[in-house]
Amino acid sequence: MAPMADHDPMIPRVAHVRRKQRELVDVATLEIDAGEFFFAPGQFNMLTVFGVGEAAISVSGDPADPSRLVHTIRAVGAVSRALTELSVGEPIGLRGPFGRGWPMDEARGRDVIVVAGGLGLAPLRPALYRLFAERENYGRVILLYGARSPQDILFRDELEQWRGRLDAEVEATVDHARGDWRGNVGVVTKLIARAVFDAPNALAMLCGPEIMMRFVADALGDRGVAPERIHLSMERSMKCAIGWCGHCQFGPVFICRDGPVFTYAQLRGLLATKEL
Amino acid sequence: MIEGLEHIVAAHAFFAGLEPSLVALVSGCAKNARFEAGKYLFREGESADWFYLLREGRVALELRDPARGAVTLQTLGPGEVCGLSWLAPPYRWSYDARALDNARAIAIDAACLRRKSEADPRFGYEMMKRFMPPLIERLQATRLQMIDIYGAHG
Repeated sequence: MAPMADHDPMIPRVAHVRRKQRELVDVATLEIDAGEFFFAPGQFNMLTVFGVGEAAISVSGDPADPSRLVHTIRAVGAVSRALTELSVGEPIGLRGPFGRGWPMDEARGRDVIVVAGGLGLAPLRPALYRLFAERENYGRVILLYGARSPQDILFRDELEQWRGRLDAEVEATVDHARGDWRGNVGVVTKLIARAVFDAPNALAMLCGPEIMMRFVADALGDRGVAPERIHLSMERSMKCAIGWCGHCQFGPVFICRDGPVFTYAQLRGLLATKEL
Repeated sequence: MIEGLEHIVAAHAFFAGLEPSLVALVSGCAKNARFEAGKYLFREGESADWFYLLREGRVALELRDPARGAVTLQTLGPGEVCGLSWLAPPYRWSYDARALDNARAIAIDAACLRRKSEADPRFGYEMMKRFMPPLIERLQATRLQMIDIYGAHG
């Protein structure tokens, strides 16, 4: 590993892929050998495939284990595709961690509703690890997950483990399913109506497609959760990751520097603005 | 028997807050129903003579596609209404409803409810206010499912 990143946040250090797991057809989890790596749940790194480019990817591993830096990546563009095609032992550029993550301290003592859609479960996984590791610090813990189909469910084994916990409610739903699927089918917002939580004292963490987060935030608002307590992780094209370049500007905020996690109170007006 | 049903109808989330005289009108068209897991509440193409207020268990709404077999469109659970095709002509189910678990429901005679709605517009309007939200909700959910928000562009 090159040590330069300590003094220049724009220069990636070189790490290596230690382990790789194919999660779905187009999704892979990379464990990166980066020495001791500390991050807050919800933060992201800039990952480089040398000769291809750099992309912002949320950390999806356990914040309590700094020896394992884990990213879960979906192949949607040239860089992310190249990242998912890296093999064990290959070099990878690493800058970070960046951004403001999930409000774990604010969540203490409250019911916590985590709503994830598709790959949005990956940036929420560190928060879930923290919630479960420090379970006594929180009220009810509810995880609601929406996916495209049963075949597209991310971290399926882990979801099953969490579903087996007596101190959490875990529900998944899919948009489309064959008749042999025995789970829920329908939009994830429907699960909110069924969930039991103390709305005035609840805090929500949302990550997924923007349109899903809008509907979920409104559904939570209808249940009585304050917009200031609904937190969303946003995604935009990020380049510098430190608020210099403006690529990820979203109205008055930069997603990389001021987020990626914001409250719905901060974003509601902006999300209603077309093509922003 | 009727008193018991009235209590059950009044306690169902779908009829929350319905005034007692209107609960009595609904209950006059209602009976209890049970379905073992795997049994069909109704089938595509059949006349929509009954619909169901689910009390226990989940139900899958399915379409049969020759290429893919049964496709689940939506699952419903306790507190929800199963079956909306009875609301508008030709009163025919356009999908199957299959119990995923052992299910209990209040079965409501659709023709009976339509008749009472015609006879008493206040009752009919109250029914319309109850059935419109799930209709709209399912329309909106279908739109979201159609645009494939978790697809590659998501």
